[in-house]
Amino acid sequence: MSGIEILQIWIIAFFTLALFSFLYKDNPFYRLAENIFAGLTTGYQVSLIWDTVIIQKLWDPMMGGQWWLFLPGLLGLMMFSRFFPKISWMSRVPLAVVMGITAGIFLTTQLHGFVLPQMQATMNTFVTAKGFADYFLASLIAVGVISTMIYFYFSHEHVGVLGVTAKLGIWFIMISFGAHFGYTVMGRVSLLIGRTQFLIEDWIGTFSYIF
Amino acid sequence: MFTKWAKEGKPLFLRKIPGLEAIEEAVGRATEMGRPVLFIPGIAELDEIDTIAGISILGRVAQITAQYETPLYVPVRYPLVLAAGQEVVEQAYIKAGKPELYDEDIVRYVAGEQFSFTATVNGYMMRVRPATNIYMGAFFAESLLLAETGNAAGSIQIAGTARPEQLPFFIAACDYTLMGEELYAASAYLSHEPIMMGGLKGQDFMKILIIILIIIGIVLVLFDSAETYLSWFEEN
Repeated sequence: MSGIEILQIWIIAFFTLALFSFLYKDNPFYRLAENIFAGLTTGYQVSLIWDTVIIQKLWDPMMGGQWWLFLPGLLGLMMFSRFFPKISWMSRVPLAVVMGITAGIFLTTQLHGFVLPQMQATMNTFVTAKGFADYFLASLIAVGVISTMIYFYFSHEHVGVLGVTAKLGIWFIMISFGAHFGYTVMGRVSLLIGRTQFLIEDWIGTFSYIF
Repeated sequence: MFTKWAKEGKPLFLRKIPGLEAIEEAVGRATEMGRPVLFIPGIAELDEIDTIAGISILGRVAQITAQYETPLYVPVRYPLVLAAGQEVVEQAYIKAGKPELYDEDIVRYVAGEQFSFTATVNGYMMRVRPATNIYMGAFFAESLLLAETGNAAGSIQIAGTARPEQLPFFIAACDYTLMGEELYAASAYLSHEPIMMGGLKGQDFMKILIIILIIIGIVLVLFDSAETYLSWFEEN
């Protein structure tokens, strides 16, 4: 193992431990790691965006004849008007464009990506059902979908039949959240294992080279 | 149709959403304690509808903090969200009649990477100990890190996201949580703008329609005559 590799491992181990130290309380090591982390990532992203967006997606294609790309380029430039109070209103144009496009795209993607497939899947479980168990599960899915939708119905107080159905919906939602919680915690534990393995195997492993 | 009714002044009923009712109370608590309100409009770019919903709620929260003269801090991860956030907060302060209290640094770019953003915000929470933390927008793996730190700092926490995989963490660590569509409904609920109210009512109408269509589909499947009906829902 070379000296540079050992140095890299020690730097990584130092920042890992500095960030872990936050579990005890806020301290100067954590603050140092926090500020270096924020500064490094910001600097890295500026260079990344310059290369992958400004050069590769805007400048090079424009020079290659795709002159119409000057429009998004112009919208981007308008954001800089925020530095000049007299014309800062111009920065609202690109903001409005992005927000408008987002809302429009969201509507279609939600309808085609979630609403229609969910409706079809709910009905299709009955098409493929064979026997009591399948029909029971299909009914459970249908009841789950309908009661969950009722929970998100805002035009009426959740009282009476609507209240009971919404309460059933919240049960379905909570069961789904429980499954998500367990699944994600397992993923986090594997991340912790990865970090611990690095500290025990790689970092402590370098001790034999140094001491 | 619903928007027309709302514009005509016809009362449109919306049921109470507990998390939203709690916002004003939580800002009031921050005022009494003399500590700031922390608002995070998610960590996604402005091309995420959750971020737009978060920014919209930020407008209302900023108006309340301006009225109460409570310090507000809004860390963001993207420059476009920074610009949109500054616009919304400035307008809110003007609307509240307190333009002199507006400071550009209320909304601040913190870091461009997910976990460096989280590390910085967590550090802020432990050092400044804001009385109220409001998380509204798109959150990912950092949701529990933020909410747990806020909890440890003793802040009242209100969260809202449409990310089902992050909602369990907010529910576990926050006092109030807006789930899924409640986040989108919040903007209409808080603003009572006719267009938004009309939109929300229209969505409710569509939900009932979808439920009816699902029930019709199931009945047709059970009677073995749903082939054509089901094909209407297929992607072309």
